[in-house]
Amino acid sequence: MTEPFLAGGPLFGLPLPELWFALLFAILGTFLFLDGFDFGAGVLFGLREGDEDRETILAAIGPFWDGNEVWLVVFGGALFAAFPTVYAALFSRHYLLMFAILGALILRGLAPEMYEQRHDDAWQRWWGRSFVAGSALSPFLLGAFVGNWVAGAGRSLTLSGVVVGATVVALAVVSGVAFLRVKARGALREEIRTYGEGAVVAYLVGVVASLGVLSLAADRVADAVATLPVLALVVASVALAAGYVAALRADRDHLALAASAAMTYGLVAVVALLLYPGIDPAGGHTVDSAIISTLPLNLMSVGAAILLPLVASYFVVLYSAFSGPAEPTEGY
Amino acid sequence: MVDPVLASRLQFALTTIVHIIFPVVSMGLAPFLVYFTYKDIRSDDPVYEQLRRFWTKIFAVSFVVGTVTGIVLEFEFGTNFAAFSAFAGELFGGPLAIEGMMAFMLEATFLGVFVFGRERVGDKLYFVSSVAVGLGTWLSAVWILVANSWMQTPRGYELAREGGQTIVHLSDPIAAYANPRFPWMFVHMQNAAVESVALLMSGIAAYYVFRHHVWGYPVEHPRFWQKTLKIALVVLLITAPFQVIHGDAYGRHVAETQPQKFAAMEAVWETDSYVPEYIVAFPTSVDQLLDPRAKELFGIGIPGGASWLASGGDPNAEIRGLNSFETEAPPVAIVFWAFRAMVGLGFWFVLLAFWAGYRWRTGDLYEDGLLHKALMGSSLLGILAVELGWIVTEVGRQPWVVQGVLKTSEGVSPGLTGSEATLTLAGFAAVYLGLLSLYTYVITRIVRAGPPGGDELRTPEPRDATDGAEVAVDD
Ligand code: HDD
Ligand code: HEM
Ligand code: HEM
Repeated sequence: MTEPFLAGGPLFGLPLPELWFALLFAILGTFLFLDGFDFGAGVLFGLREGDEDRETILAAIGPFWDGNEVWLVVFGGALFAAFPTVYAALFSRHYLLMFAILGALILRGLAPEMYEQRHDDAWQRWWGRSFVAGSALSPFLLGAFVGNWVAGAGRSLTLSGVVVGATVVALAVVSGVAFLRVKARGALREEIRTYGEGAVVAYLVGVVASLGVLSLAADRVADAVATLPVLALVVASVALAAGYVAALRADRDHLALAASAAMTYGLVAVVALLLYPGIDPAGGHTVDSAIISTLPLNLMSVGAAILLPLVASYFVVLYSAFSGPAEPTEGY
Repeated sequence: MVDPVLASRLQFALTTIVHIIFPVVSMGLAPFLVYFTYKDIRSDDPVYEQLRRFWTKIFAVSFVVGTVTGIVLEFEFGTNFAAFSAFAGELFGGPLAIEGMMAFMLEATFLGVFVFGRERVGDKLYFVSSVAVGLGTWLSAVWILVANSWMQTPRGYELAREGGQTIVHLSDPIAAYANPRFPWMFVHMQNAAVESVALLMSGIAAYYVFRHHVWGYPVEHPRFWQKTLKIALVVLLITAPFQVIHGDAYGRHVAETQPQKFAAMEAVWETDSYVPEYIVAFPTSVDQLLDPRAKELFGIGIPGGASWLASGGDPNAEIRGLNSFETEAPPVAIVFWAFRAMVGLGFWFVLLAFWAGYRWRTGDLYEDGLLHKALMGSSLLGILAVELGWIVTEVGRQPWVVQGVLKTSEGVSPGLTGSEATLTLAGFAAVYLGLLSLYTYVITRIVRAGPPGGDELRTPEPRDATDGAEVAVDD
């Protein structure tokens, strides 16, 4: 019954493979922004000594991180569903890197929960360190994965991976600072501003360095970098970084957070542009060759079109229930 | 160094066996938490606030560990079973993506509100968040079981050749996703989760009730533990018999749809009629230890029992033997023993529920020390039965990863080396051992600390409940 409608051709004649490619990176960007500020907060946790500051940081991210991290699961699921051959090829090619990412995420997920379970020094020192390590390693390794993906690397450890990884860590700190300034009050809020300014400079340097090493790694990337959209996005990032610093100085923290979100989506858009029309350069897959057939693609599109707006509404409920500053005594 | 196929299978087995513990706890707790939240909002009795807060703590820890171990599984389809993922992805990836968007998102966002938000949101939204979290856990099961049941009874697909590889095309989504195994699996799994949590709760509660009533030690919040025990027992009385009745019918469905698996569950080698149901079967020589019901054997069986089970009442029905299949048999001993252990546990839980129900009626539920010991000893056995059931399901399906369509050995990532696979397998063995110890440690601490009391509660506890020894054993 539904057959002729769903199997006959792409839904409403839309360019579904391209839309799914774009959706995939939109999901990745959402993950990198949302969990990015959790990661950044984790790194800042390592830079703050006082108990009260540390408790505030944990209380700030407590209600959110789980929901934020599900965007990674959804990214994996969407890649698997729309481009299964790419999912299989990428994940098995970077076998050890994928497990390193999992290790970092396990550490990062467990540590805050454990930290709050006991209040003696040795226990909290150990879990505090694990939290910082997991928070720094997760974005680094995820960045490395993306770097390898774009470069078309056959190995887990490459120069492109390391440079992109470091860039993503800097970006996480940029968002983390803006997020904590929204959530914290007093000295913590004042003192982290300089970290944000340093991180945003590091981020810009990282972007340029990443484009450089990626261009050296593959001529295909070098050609793509020299196109107008990519150059425009790089220029926009510089402007956003300036806006971010200005917003921090003017105590417009929400604006700074928005600027860091825009930078994150910009970075992910650059990655998508460097790949397109390919999707897995090392395996020779393009968006059009790797996409699943019409019927399941239409089904998935209907599913996503219904579910993603719902998901957005859950996030609205969550973030409005916990709007405003976090108290160190709150949570966990 | 192990061969990459074996290492990948062992690694997947290890990581799922650990993962499933946490979903069982969270899916099983979900209906309890909805009930506690409802009563907490509606009634003045502070015991419901204690119940909600205490069990929410356990839920939250289980959820975190469930999340971190679940992501591992999703990744493993790509890392270790790349050939399977590329082959079946068109059909198999969809449910996983929908699971993420529909279920995990719902659960993870509302969990933030449910765990941290009692003071921040109104009663109504708070109750809605408890329902959303519970619904999220159950919807996770729906979609993962849609994926798994398709691997057991695949339908609605066509094989096609693309780029030199054979892959699966989805041809009929309704046949594929509403496939015959799914309703059996979902009902059996969800009831198992609730039953397992009822056992866990009654075991923990029995410990405190035992200390208090049998040994006469003062215990904080005795009324809380009595209430926990009673609620858990009511649920056990419903779920335990249902699981056995349902499992029996489920067995027939397996016999019809996966005859090779059923033959392994019953260790039937030669096609035969009037097949007995062996309760135990001992090989007569050591070589056959891993080969139940090999030629020479001593067994205790119910004549015609297996035939009766497979056909739904005909002791003379024919059962196809393992030797009549072209593919090699699954590891029969594992499947045979795991099945027996699950069924045995299923009957034990029924007995336990009836025993407790009888004591409740005779009015000495709190005084029967032996019953309490049995409940304490059984607190983890529900989870054990779940593991055994999954071992029957997954090992019994071998050598196929998709029944009759793709062999497990053909599903493993082609480029994977033995040393990489062995390295990660060893890593998981170590990390998961640590993870399980840590989880046990934290849960034990939460149980030791008991529920919040006194000033921590929104409505103060009645005096008779806080002062320990003197408690009216009514309600
Ligand atoms: C508390 C846990 C529990 C208990 C007491 C039982 N089961 Fe079970 N069983 C499960 C938990 C479980 C499970 C872990 O949830 C499985 C694995 C896959 C599934 O759908 O449910 C399962 C699978 C499973 C299968 C295999 C299905 C397949 O291969 O796909 C059969 C035939 C039965 N069960 C039958 C029974 C019978 C006859 C029981 C009691 C007399 C019984 N189960 C008690
Ligand atoms: C959480 C409960 C589960 C447990 C305890 C479990 C257990 C196992 C075990 C023991 C194996 C190894 C079998 C062998 O190689 O001999 C296995 C394999 C496998 N299972 Fe499961 N399983 C579970 C759920 C699932 C689900 C829900 C899916 C799919 C959505 C799934 C997919 C697979 C795949 C792809 C393999 C690897 C190939 C194979 O060995 O057949 N499993 N599982
Ligand atoms: C072997 C295949 C499986 C895979 C690939 C898998 C995947 C996942 C993933 C990725 C998560 C994390 C979601 C998050 O970030 O919140 C998760 C959690 C969860 N899984 Fe699994 N899972 C499998 C087996 C199962 C089975 C058999 C069940 C139950 C029937 C189940 C039920 C759940 C539940 C309820 C959660 C939420 C976390 C929790 O409550 O512990 N999973 N799973």
